Amino acid sequence: MEKILSVKNLSKTFNGARAVHDVSFSITKGEIVGLLGPNGAGKTTTIQMILGLIKPTRGTITVFGKNLETHRMEILSEVNFSSAYISLPGNLKVWENLYTFARLYGVKNYKKRVEELARFFEITPLLSKLYVRLSSGQATRVNLAKALLNSPKLLFLDEPTSSLDPDIADRVRKLLKKIQKEQALTILYTTHNMIEVEELCDRAIFIHQGKIVTEGTPKQLIKRFGLKDLNEVFIKIARKS
Amino acid sequence: MKWHRIYALLLRYLYLYPRSVPRILDIFFWPVTDLLVWGFLTIYLQNIQPDAPYFGRMLLGSLILWNFTNRSQQGISIAFLEEIWEKNLINIFITPISLKEFLAATILVGLARIAVLGTFLGTAAFLMFHFNLLSFGWYLVPFILNLFVFGWVLGLFATSIIMRFGQSAQVLAFTLTVILMPFAAVFYPVSVLPPVVKHISLALPISHIFEGMRSVVLQQSLSPDTIVIASVLNIIWLIVALSLFFFMFEYMREKGQLSKLVD
Repeated sequence: MEKILSVKNLSKTFNGARAVHDVSFSITKGEIVGLLGPNGAGKTTTIQMILGLIKPTRGTITVFGKNLETHRMEILSEVNFSSAYISLPGNLKVWENLYTFARLYGVKNYKKRVEELARFFEITPLLSKLYVRLSSGQATRVNLAKALLNSPKLLFLDEPTSSLDPDIADRVRKLLKKIQKEQALTILYTTHNMIEVEELCDRAIFIHQGKIVTEGTPKQLIKRFGLKDLNEVFIKIARKS
Repeated sequence: MKWHRIYALLLRYLYLYPRSVPRILDIFFWPVTDLLVWGFLTIYLQNIQPDAPYFGRMLLGSLILWNFTNRSQQGISIAFLEEIWEKNLINIFITPISLKEFLAATILVGLARIAVLGTFLGTAAFLMFHFNLLSFGWYLVPFILNLFVFGWVLGLFATSIIMRFGQSAQVLAFTLTVILMPFAAVFYPVSVLPPVVKHISLALPISHIFEGMRSVVLQQSLSPDTIVIASVLNIIWLIVALSLFFFMFEYMREKGQLSKLVD
């Protein structure tokens, strides 16, 4: 299988404190991988290093077979990211935001692409609304549309459903599943919702205190720890000192 | 550098400005408030000192030219802050945009801002106080260019400090030019400054420009040296400011500051 992302011995130290320590993993094409762990485990730092926002202290990141440090711009044009913790400019209308980012990514036929994504995420009636006026569920769908503008080969989703009610979260998961199937998209996903992981992810990587503690399919992990579900696995790992 | 990425950021501001009251006030209202205060002061000065008609021209000329530096600086710093306030900085820097393209876009926004501001303020000064900015003739071109470039320099410094110290330093985006104003000899000649301050003043390119402007008003001439000195100083300052800006961006990547800035 084609390797999309490969992380080797990745470490990051902030003022002497180790945020990420010797992390190695890889993701193959079409996989949805959950990067899981308690708050402060090092998930966001790891993702931000892969996006080139944070410089690693040590280790290498290879995306699409290219070294991130030397091919950053090339890689970023085929990658995208959406997080519950970052937003789009609130004083711009939804279509203005999507057009701006489509142009930043150099999307050809960007108007058509925005229309397609608006239909897919059912946000067409929201296009002329100011982003700041959207509900959390609407904003999440707009953020996801933004994250798919450049038809990325690798998508990073940082707790995309954390601010959504169960109904909207379920709809978003279904949309993600659908688009992942249609486009054989590779996704690195962080969430604290273990039901979501069991439903969406092919594989999960648990990270704690900056280190990978275990990884495998959700079923393998539950079996390995001899517990009832992934939620219990999470709690067991989080409470390990 | 790819034009489509620079254009994309320009579009973002083009969408934003027409519906943003603070930005409209920034271009039209505050500069006109300044103009009214100083314009009426010049009328009063001319009434009590009728044999010194050049006072008015000097003060209004200084005020308008000062606005070029001030607004140019704010153009760069506020564009960066804008992305912080909107929690959009990460969205921008995970696109394939380079730092040079980001800077180019903010510089073009700054240029557009001062083109609108200069035209508006120049027209308002002419209509309200019969002051013609164009009476500086061709000297106006090197004056504006130097003031504008030094505005970038200050904008880059302010942004670098914001990158280093986070949002607690954002006040600099609005006050850096004000802090520098007493040293820049905007409304008075360098010669009135105390010796130590005089040295600081002469290290600033804009002091030479304001000296040059006063020379044009008082003697109707300008030594080319004034422009040369100002331009050379500007180049030196620009190299320092750009180096600091790129260094601070890398520092921010090293320390993981980019996401902390928007928290």
